[in-house]
Formats: sequence, C-alpha cells, structure tokens
Amino acid sequence: MNNKLIPLHQVPAGFYGKVKKLIAEGAARRRLLDLGLINDTVVEVLRKSPAGDPTAYQIRGAVIALRSEEACKLFVEIIHD
Amino acid sequence: MGLTHQSTGVGILKEMFEVQTDSPADLIVALAGNPNTGKSTVFNSLTGLKQHTGNWPGKTVTNAQGKYTYKGDKYLLIDLPGTYSLLVNSVEEQIARDFICFGQPHVTVVVADATCLERNLNLVLQIMEITDKVILCVNLMDEARKKGIVVHLQKLSALLGIPVVGTAARTGEGLNELKETIKLVAKKQFPVQPRRTEYDNILQEAIELIEPRVHALLGEKVNSRWVALRLLDSDRTLLEAMNRFFNFTLTDDNILRESLAQAHLLLQKNQVDLNELRDRIVTGIVKTAEKISHQVVTVENKNYNRFDRTLDGILTSRFFGIPIMIALLGAVFWLTIKGANYPSALLTTVFYHLEGHLTLFLQWLGTPGFIYDILVLGVYRTLAWVVSVMLPPMAIFFPLFTLLEDLGYLPRVAFNLDHYFKKACAHGKQALTMCMGFGCNAAGVIACRIIDSPRERLIAILTNNYVPCNGRFPTLIALAGIFLVSGAGAFSSLAATLAVLAAVILGVLLTFLTSRVLSATILRGLPSSFTLELPPYRKPQIGKIIIRSVFDRTLFVLGRAVAIAAPAGLIIWLMANFSVNGQSLLAHCAQFLQPFAHLIGLDGYILMAFILGLPANEIVIPILIMGYMTESSMLELDSFLELKQLFINHDWTWLTAVCMMLFALNHWPCGTTLWTIRKETQSVKWTLLSFLIPTMAGIIICFIVAQGARILGLV
Repeated sequence: MNNKLIPLHQVPAGFYGKVKKLIAEGAARRRLLDLGLINDTVVEVLRKSPAGDPTAYQIRGAVIALRSEEACKLFVEIIHD
Repeated sequence: MGLTHQSTGVGILKEMFEVQTDSPADLIVALAGNPNTGKSTVFNSLTGLKQHTGNWPGKTVTNAQGKYTYKGDKYLLIDLPGTYSLLVNSVEEQIARDFICFGQPHVTVVVADATCLERNLNLVLQIMEITDKVILCVNLMDEARKKGIVVHLQKLSALLGIPVVGTAARTGEGLNELKETIKLVAKKQFPVQPRRTEYDNILQEAIELIEPRVHALLGEKVNSRWVALRLLDSDRTLLEAMNRFFNFTLTDDNILRESLAQAHLLLQKNQVDLNELRDRIVTGIVKTAEKISHQVVTVENKNYNRFDRTLDGILTSRFFGIPIMIALLGAVFWLTIKGANYPSALLTTVFYHLEGHLTLFLQWLGTPGFIYDILVLGVYRTLAWVVSVMLPPMAIFFPLFTLLEDLGYLPRVAFNLDHYFKKACAHGKQALTMCMGFGCNAAGVIACRIIDSPRERLIAILTNNYVPCNGRFPTLIALAGIFLVSGAGAFSSLAATLAVLAAVILGVLLTFLTSRVLSATILRGLPSSFTLELPPYRKPQIGKIIIRSVFDRTLFVLGRAVAIAAPAGLIIWLMANFSVNGQSLLAHCAQFLQPFAHLIGLDGYILMAFILGLPANEIVIPILIMGYMTESSMLELDSFLELKQLFINHDWTWLTAVCMMLFALNHWPCGTTLWTIRKETQSVKWTLLSFLIPTMAGIIICFIVAQGARILGLV
C-alpha cells in the first residue's frame, strides 16, 4: 500500500482517492467540506472536461466538477483495489 | 432583557419577509431543499397556479409564494432558495436560514433527492438543528426505483425522529400523504423529536457551557443548542440577523459573554482553533448523514448510474463534447430561424386582414384621417410587425431551451466551457447565462443570480449583451438574408444561418475578451472557488416544458415588447410625419447623425433607428423602414426583395449590411435590460458601464471594418 499523498487534481480519471488532508482556508474550505470532503471520504475521479479542466468527481453519490485550483487543495491517498 | 413580542411571529413575517397571510389562522409552510431535487415541482404540484413570485426584500433572490387549501385549512407555501447547506453563508443560505429560524413557519418541508440521499441529508440535519417542525419529503422516488435504489422511509423516519414522506411530484405520487403530514405537524398532532447531530465530546462540552444561558435569554423562540453552536463558531451573520429580527444583541449579555469565553478556553486547551472547530462541526454532520444513509439506502443495481456516465462520456468527451454542443445549439437556432418563417408569414397575413377590418371599423366610426393614420399606420403596424416577427421564434426557442435545461444538459455546457471562462477569469456558469441571453438579455441578466461569487456575477451581467437576443436575431437574420445571400432555395437559408452563426461566435469571443479585460482592470481579482454539480439526466416533461416556457418566458417577454412597441410606434410615426422647415423630425435627426454614422459604415437613419429602438431592439428595422419610406409609414413586407430594393435605393451596399449587423450585435442593451441591470446590481455605475462597454466596442469595430473596406477599395 502506497501512503504517499498526492493532490486530487493529479489523480487520473478512473482512479479512487481517499481524502487525507485539506489545505484550503476560509470560505473555500467550507465549500469543500460542505460537499462532504471530510477526512477518509472516498472520491472517484470520473472525467476531465474537454479542455482538461475542470474535472468531474463522484463525491458521496453526487457528481461535482472542481477546477484544479480547488482540487489541488485536497490531498488524497490513491486506493488500489 | 427579553424579546419584544410585537417583533416575533406574524409581525416578522409581514415586516421582514413580506409574507402576507389572508387571516391569522393560515398555516405557513416553508419549502427548503437542495437545488435539482424537484423542489419547484413539489411547489407547483401543491399550489397549482395560485402562486406569486417576487424577490426577497432587498435581495436579488427569487421568492415564490403559493396557496392551497386542504381539509378546510388554508396553507401558505413559501419556496426558499435551493441550497446545499446553511453554513457557507451565501445570500441564499442566509435567507433560508433566517426564514426557518426567525420567520417561524408552522412547518418546514425539506425536499430531498431519493437518488442522492446522503448529500441531501446534510441540509436536512442542519435544518433539524434549527427547528423541531420539520418534514422530510424524499422526492424523485420514481427515478430511484428506475435506478434500483431503495430508500427505507420508515427506518429513515425513525432514525431522524421526523416524519418522512416519499413522493414523485411530477406524477403526483405521495402528495396527498405530504399534505396530510403537513397538516398533522402544523397542528401539533404528530410528535416530532428530531435527532440532534452528535458532535465530538469537546464540542458537546463547550456547547453545554453556553446553552443554558442562551436558553434563558431566548426561551423557546429559537433552538438554543443550535444558537450555542453558532456562537462557538463566531457566526456574526446570525448575531446580526438576531439584531435585525429581535432588536436584541445576544452578546451584550455579560453572563453569556463569560460562559462563551469559558467555552473558547476549553476549546483552546484541547487545541481546537476556529478552523478545527468548523471542520469538526461539518464532520459531525457529514458523518451522521453517512451513517444514516448507509442504514436506509439499498442499491439493488450497483450500476445504476451507468447510463448517466455513458451519456456524460459522449456529451463531455474530449473530442465530441464541444462539437456536439455547437451542433445542438446550432440545431436550436436553425429550428428557430427556419421554423419561425411559416408562422411569421401566417401572422403577417392575419394582421394584414385584420388591418382591413380595423380600417372599415374606424371609417364606420367616422375617425378623422389624422387619428386613423396614427392608430393604424403608426401604432397598429409597429405592433403587428413586433408580434409577427418576435412571437414565432420565441415560441420555438424558449421551449427548446427549457427542454435542454430539463434534460440536465446545461450544466454539462458549463462543464465543457469552464476552462475558457476560467482563462477569462470568469465563471463557467456564465455559459448558461449567455445561452439564456439568446432568448432575452434581461432574462440572461436575471439568470446571473446562479453565479454565487459577486465578481464573476458582475462580469457575466456586464457582458451578457454581447449575445444577440431574440429581439436582435430578426435584424441579423433579415440583413444576412437580404445582402449576404444571392439566390434562393435551401442553400440560401444555410448561408444565412452561417452568417448569423458567425455573428454569434463573434459575440462569444467578445464576451471572453471583455471578461478578461474587466478582470484585469475594474473587476480585478482571482477567480473565486468553483463547484458545479452535474445532476443526473432526467426525462423531460414535455407538456410542462411547453406551458412553463410559453407562460413564464415567451408571454412575459412578448408582453413587455408589445407594451413598449405601441407607444414607440406612436412616437416614431409622429417623428416621421411632424415636419419642420419642410422636413420631418426624423429626417432632421438623421441628417444630424449622418457624418458620424458614415464613419462607422452606417447612415443617419440606421443610427437613428438604433437610438429610437432603445425601448426594444425588435423595432429597429420597422423604424428604419418608416424612416426610408416616403409615405412615412410601415409598408407591407411581402418579400425580402422589396425590402432589399428599398435599402438599395438608399445607397446600401454589402458593407452597410455588415456594419449594421455588427452594430446590432454590439450596442447599448435595450431599455428593459438596462433597467434589469440597475435592479440586479443596485448600482448606477455598473448600469452605465453596461451601456458604454458594448457601445464603444460596436463603434470601434464598425469604424475599423468600414474604414478598412473603404481604404482597400472593397466598396
């Protein structure tokens, strides 16, 4: 098991990541937490938009698109299953 | 210190929320919920046509109220703004929170999406902290069944401690049960004991330090545990709201301040700073939602979202996403342009026949010739032109647009295009407000409310006018059809469509450019955080789409245009017929404008038509025709050929047509749009800028094109 943390925007489509750290501050932090992105939440990377950014993620049953500026504030552990 | 009783209950509803009950016995029901949960369908199904929309006092957030009667009782239903949470403190969230907390509705119904319950429970749990009188309405049960998702409603009700009703609002399923449940809760005939979200021990301990004093101060008016938690979180907006509604500042109380200090000390000792505290609050809610949803939701078909994913794979694919989008929008335009021809021609014939009858009628009345001319040649013909040119395209465009909206395609457009908007330092949702602008710029400006960050919203408002609305499309189409296309047949309508499409693309490019320039100058700042939900695709409800788009959008826009066209027709006719020194006023004005107009490739009459067309862009061509005609009234436009001859007689070339198209695309917004911008921004400065920016762009572009073509000897 690889415990290295990588920012969410670098996770390729089709992979799952488990949220381990959130470095956003203020309102941006609240917004991400409000999406349910608390510690140990599993996020599936669904697809990148045609221009490569934003990216759609499956978060707690909802499909949410985040720009790389937001996604890079979330550090995840890739889940290999 | 206590609360003033006049300022609570019904008093607050009336004064602060402008909610009007017919009698004190009316029961007030607030409707809350996430966006995309079919909340408005629930609202419409319960109230039918007995509703009234406006804005929340002093806010640019839509407020819908509706009434229904059930078993002899009258209910007033208030549709709160759709929100995912009450913690982020956007305007919408504050309105929803304040209404639930201070408006003291008899019942709050939270509408949730059965196919995505966990995410929806977040809001449900937060509302349950504020009020005891909550009902959960799990909507879209039909969608969930189709996807093989089973929600165990009784278990959910037991776990939450509140009544839960399953509905499929569009088929009417469960609505009677919902009404019955609302009645029981409103009349306190149903024991409701909401389960409180459990936070970790340190938080609980800190809450317990403050809660007793809060309870002593506020009594049963507001849930004291929730207020205690908000105080710990240093939520100023709640204190301000309490001051506004109760005329009472909670933190003025010394004992409370002391216990609050103690609580903060306790948190500090345990290394819980404000960030950590907020994380723990959210974590408490999210974990509770997770736990509950795992207990009550069974997914029988693990691949329930495969269809959506496959469709997303196509519609947002790297290679096909944007071409499909352009093709779809192109198809909408083509259908609008092409499909509108026949009803337009029909309406023209009908109006022509009516004119005959009207003439006979006025003659029978013995109307003097002067009055007859004003009424028929001025007012009636302008009206007839506006209706026959505008109604058919709108009656086609708005339903098609609403169809794409209903399918859930529009958020995908924002997803596809966000990258380009980000480069322009704008918001992806601006793509949607732009699309709406094709229908009507005023509607597009109002739609900018969906952009929640103020800077990006202003950019979207200021640039909305770059997309040609339905009022300007006929001008573009007519000019493209007349001058850029020779010959007839299928090819010509294709070429005209391409010319119009080119104008649209230019408008989009100018939108990006202007957004970028604005972000670098007067609206400087980094793009704010961006989250965009891509909701599941839904089967559209064709019947409701037609009703909704015809009544809400088409008739609204048409009514406005007609109201403006009639007096405008009168004024223009007078200007064209009132002579000074042997020349009409219109001709005098046109002559005055001629030198400047010539510089930018137009002529005085065209510029005058645009100026007089300020109330509504639809009447630019009719004014122009009126100005050119020696008879000084609108002629019967049997064919584009006659129109072309008229224009050629007034020294038109292809360059005049191109410059007029460019100017139609880039000039001041119409009166209604300007008025809407004024209302939405609450600022004269931004309204003025929204006038100046496209006007300057239009003048510069037309100048370059006209001078360039003349220097190169192209004309």
